[in-house]
Amino acid sequence: MTAIVHEFTTELPRWSPYITPVKLSEATPEQFDAMKVTPSNKSVSDYVLVLAHDPESLAQRSPLFNAIMYGNDGLSRAERELGAIGASVVNRCVYCAAVHGSRYNQLTKGTDVVERIFQDGVSAKLAQHEQVIFDFSVKLSHTPPSITEDDIETLRNIELSDLEIVDLVLSTAIFGWANRLMHTLGQPVKTAG
Amino acid sequence: MSEANIIEELVGVGLGSPLAHALLARTDIMNLSQASYDAIIRPREPGGVSHAERAALAARMARQNADESLAEHYLAKLREARADPKLSEPIGAEEIDNYSKRLNAIVRHMDLLTREPKKATRADITAMQDAGITEPDIVRLSELAAFVNYQVRVIAGLKRLKDIL
Repeated sequence: MTAIVHEFTTELPRWSPYITPVKLSEATPEQFDAMKVTPSNKSVSDYVLVLAHDPESLAQRSPLFNAIMYGNDGLSRAERELGAIGASVVNRCVYCAAVHGSRYNQLTKGTDVVERIFQDGVSAKLAQHEQVIFDFSVKLSHTPPSITEDDIETLRNIELSDLEIVDLVLSTAIFGWANRLMHTLGQPVKTAG
Repeated sequence: MSEANIIEELVGVGLGSPLAHALLARTDIMNLSQASYDAIIRPREPGGVSHAERAALAARMARQNADESLAEHYLAKLREARADPKLSEPIGAEEIDNYSKRLNAIVRHMDLLTREPKKATRADITAMQDAGITEPDIVRLSELAAFVNYQVRVIAGLKRLKDIL
């Protein structure tokens, strides 16, 4: 018995694909290579098995995603997650928001910021530093992106360096990518008790 | 295979500029972004979505994101792909009905993913399948829309940053 999860939550749902995942037993060497790039390859998730239908792009996207979210220096891990959350709220990717909201909570050892965002969406009111970062990621996630030079100035006013601003752009943009796969090729479900 | 780096080229990152300096720490990301471009815009195995179709759809999505220079880039790629004799073979009359049904479904889905991905549901995937698009091609098309929307945002962010440095 499964139920689709429509509301933002930090309780991790299961991702249920609309597309038939590639069968591991039938995967080509190229598909294998593309899937191996992901960090935990003990069991391959349905998400990766769906993306393995296009191994050429998967082989590049996984290391790109990891470099953007976990690379050294620059913007803190938590603030990259906040960029990811901003994009996921605009694009309403409930699954992505759950994963990255939880990571943000773990990294910051708090739940307040994510609770407010999940409750009030793009109009959430946060402390100044988080507000500026969140608002930037929301604006960059619009179609077309609605950021201006003033928004960059605002980031500089909270003392983000050039590299940190680059990292915020990247972590938001990569979720413009991830959300468009995760939210459109499957849905979050929870297994009812 | 790659002609330099499309993102840095379109942003106009000047040699020795402050933005170039900041991007030095992210060379790996710029290279992987270019490798993603190659894998998605001109893949070795395009499946049922030709290089020409990819370029045309990418130009449309760039324009929906108000990025004219990126749209121009993709229109140039479209002209290159069309110049390829393999791609200019005529379509038979009996194929045209199916062809347009397929293209309509693709354009509709790309528009949805670009403009309002939050509205996408299972029914949108079913509509693609009903138009005869295979599951691997649905994944290829989704990656295409997702990538162009990534690229647009990296370019937009870096351009605004460059403007004030």
